[in-house]
Amino acid sequence: MKNKPLNKRDLSISTILYRIFTFLGIALTILVIVSIIGYILITGIPNLSADIFAWEYNSDNGSMMPAIINTVIVVLLSLIVAVPLGVGSAVYLCEYAKTGNPLVKVVRLTTETLSGIPSIVYGLFGSLFFVRFCGFGLSIISGALTLAIMILPIIMRTTEEALLMVPIGYKEGSYGLGAGKLRTVSKIIIPSAMPGILSGILLGTGRIVGETVALLFTAGSVAAIAADITKSGRTLSVHMYALSNEGLHIPKAQATAVVLLVIVVLLNGLSAVVAGKLTKSKDKESK
Amino acid sequence: METNTNIPQNENTQTSQKIKMECKNVDLFYDKFQALKNVNIEITENRIMSFIGPSGCGKSTLLRSLNRMNDLVEGCTITGEIHLDGQNIYSPQTDVNNLRKRVGMVFQKPNPFPMSVFDNVAYGPRTHGVHNRSELNNIVEKSLRNAAIWDELKDRLHKNALGLSGGQQQRLCIARALAVEPDVLLMDEATSALDPLSTSKIEDLVIELKKNYTICMVTHNMQQALRISDDTAFFLLGEIIEIGKTKELFTTPKDKRTENYITGRFG
Amino acid sequence: MKSYKEQIWQTLFLIAACASIAAVALICIFLFTNGSKAIGEIGLWKFLTGTTWRPGNDIYGILPMIVGSILVTFGAIVVGVPVGVLAAVFMAKFCPKSIHRFLKPLISLLAGIPSVVFGFFGLSLLVPLMGDLTGSNGKNILTASILLGMMILPTIIEVSESSMRAVPESYYEGARALGATHERTTYTVMLPAARSGVMAGIVLGIGRAIGETLAVIWVAGNQPRMPKGLLKGIRTLTANIVLEMGYAADLHRDALIATGVVLFVFILIINLTFSAIKRRMQV
Repeated sequence: MKNKPLNKRDLSISTILYRIFTFLGIALTILVIVSIIGYILITGIPNLSADIFAWEYNSDNGSMMPAIINTVIVVLLSLIVAVPLGVGSAVYLCEYAKTGNPLVKVVRLTTETLSGIPSIVYGLFGSLFFVRFCGFGLSIISGALTLAIMILPIIMRTTEEALLMVPIGYKEGSYGLGAGKLRTVSKIIIPSAMPGILSGILLGTGRIVGETVALLFTAGSVAAIAADITKSGRTLSVHMYALSNEGLHIPKAQATAVVLLVIVVLLNGLSAVVAGKLTKSKDKESK
Repeated sequence: METNTNIPQNENTQTSQKIKMECKNVDLFYDKFQALKNVNIEITENRIMSFIGPSGCGKSTLLRSLNRMNDLVEGCTITGEIHLDGQNIYSPQTDVNNLRKRVGMVFQKPNPFPMSVFDNVAYGPRTHGVHNRSELNNIVEKSLRNAAIWDELKDRLHKNALGLSGGQQQRLCIARALAVEPDVLLMDEATSALDPLSTSKIEDLVIELKKNYTICMVTHNMQQALRISDDTAFFLLGEIIEIGKTKELFTTPKDKRTENYITGRFG
Repeated sequence: MKSYKEQIWQTLFLIAACASIAAVALICIFLFTNGSKAIGEIGLWKFLTGTTWRPGNDIYGILPMIVGSILVTFGAIVVGVPVGVLAAVFMAKFCPKSIHRFLKPLISLLAGIPSVVFGFFGLSLLVPLMGDLTGSNGKNILTASILLGMMILPTIIEVSESSMRAVPESYYEGARALGATHERTTYTVMLPAARSGVMAGIVLGIGRAIGETLAVIWVAGNQPRMPKGLLKGIRTLTANIVLEMGYAADLHRDALIATGVVLFVFILIINLTFSAIKRRMQV
């Protein structure tokens, strides 16, 4: 191992290879992103016409309007179930459970399990439990309840992260004034964790909007606005699945893909922005 | 403020020893903050030079300039020249990696890599192109012996280095630095995170090492500087206030500020 | 003394906390009891190792689908992991802040694309493309692997990047001080130090790939037979369920649910592996 002269600059082959591979990795990643987004936008945008937003669906117009309305209904129903459970659960874990409580461990394990279960298993479960066992049939309510379980871990995780970020001084201040636990939780802790909860809600909404398989077995694929929540109805994703599966309405499917992509990207982006606000305000707090 | 007025005429040269490293008019900025002001210093071969001074005085900064570790700090700019064997290490042609092979460094906190003892020591040689297994075996053994830790580790060469004690980790880091056969070894408060026993082991080791290496160390511990270093430089607010043979600097400091510091009146 | 109201709310929060436990319990109970019907009738061994799936003759062997799922998942790992890890290295160690600010949301955008859109992209662009390139109909193991590899890319990148960022900077300094280049330090010290995080990302990716349905049914061909080559069609466990659930009845239906149970067991094993790796990382 001789000393090389100080002023000899040599780029070894391995250094060059490392560099090439690194850039190759990121270049391929960007290529993947650009080709998917590009393909969806380029093929879809020209097909966005007025009739695919018509109120009534028929096989000619392939309208996505009923599906959009069904999606909104499913989102609202799922959130009504999942948000109180998720937030309540996070509050219990962060504020009430004592350290070392075995329940906390079990809840964490089950939440992790829930977030790893694929949509098709949720779909199967939903069809066994909500559709058959509970007798809800293929309906909006069966679908919404299934998805509520699916997004529960998302709501829980984001809420918990937000609760942990609430400055300890806020709590101490509240307790110091003689406020009880419940008052502190409802007036101080939950309000200051609100951005985190909101970001979880947006993320969960994005997940619901993008979900297909779990709904196929639970809410069905009737292409009309569900008259009430015990009726079957397809959401936007299911609508797109049906269109491209039939293979007859490819331009409509392309247009639907654009709408779906834009909605989901907006929801996820908004969620990130809201969550970012939370960390920023926390930064200010600590300064 | 006056600078350099109290630096004695270079006594080291009188012993006709070779100057290994030399700083000429070094100014260093972290963005707008000036961390080093017109630093001039000569580091003589096969001697131990220690940098002392209160926290934030620039002694670590200077040490990290000697192997250009400061290049890794964003917003760090340096002017002036630092020479190694008469060559300016800040000239644009310099390859920092060849420089760092010749000017090794041991850090304040032991930082062995999360791999085996053997791989830790072999990391440097492998980096500089040694791949022959028997050659690596020799280098690893020699480096661990030089770092006085061979006997403790020879049976656990393939165990993870993170399982060693703090003192062992630090001597392993010294072995790792020695494995690339540097000329100069920089030690940045290398014992401050260790217990007294490990500290004294490393001090003995450092004295042993100066036979073959030039050593430059930063220390907060003035007793340590006095015990093991040949020369000492006292830093204050980015300037060298006084520099000289350790014994003389500690017994008859020429500057009032040096005296205040070594008698413990501040810092 | 706690007030009445405090007590009630605490109980309500406790009930909410138990929701996820109840959900997992219900999922397990309903899947296992319904799945065991078919398994009991067909026989566990015959069901798992049978190589013929012919519901018309009441022959239910899901080995081809198990192999299919494993193959496309493996393929997705082969495609997605190298690219994802290299991209994560770029994001963590090579990327200027200004570019990072732009790339990071782009990668989360990829993570957010619904699988129906992914599947559609695969069906209408990738399948014809692969068909032209390989001279087949384009619906085969290779195409499915590539599409799934793309899908798990953001998972791998995000998890690997954050674990690389968690590696102590002192390792980096240590290697640079020995004269290693930035590149060598990154690949020989920082990346190995982050390996359990990278592993966690890979395991998450495996979970996503094996459970994916839509991105597979449109591109994998769906033939329920033992695979004979990379360019041959294949059916996964997920595809098996979705394709036939719509019209299945009686034993056929139960066999599909049992297929779901097998998938569920795979997922549980993957989840446990993931939490084990995560726990080891924290130690």
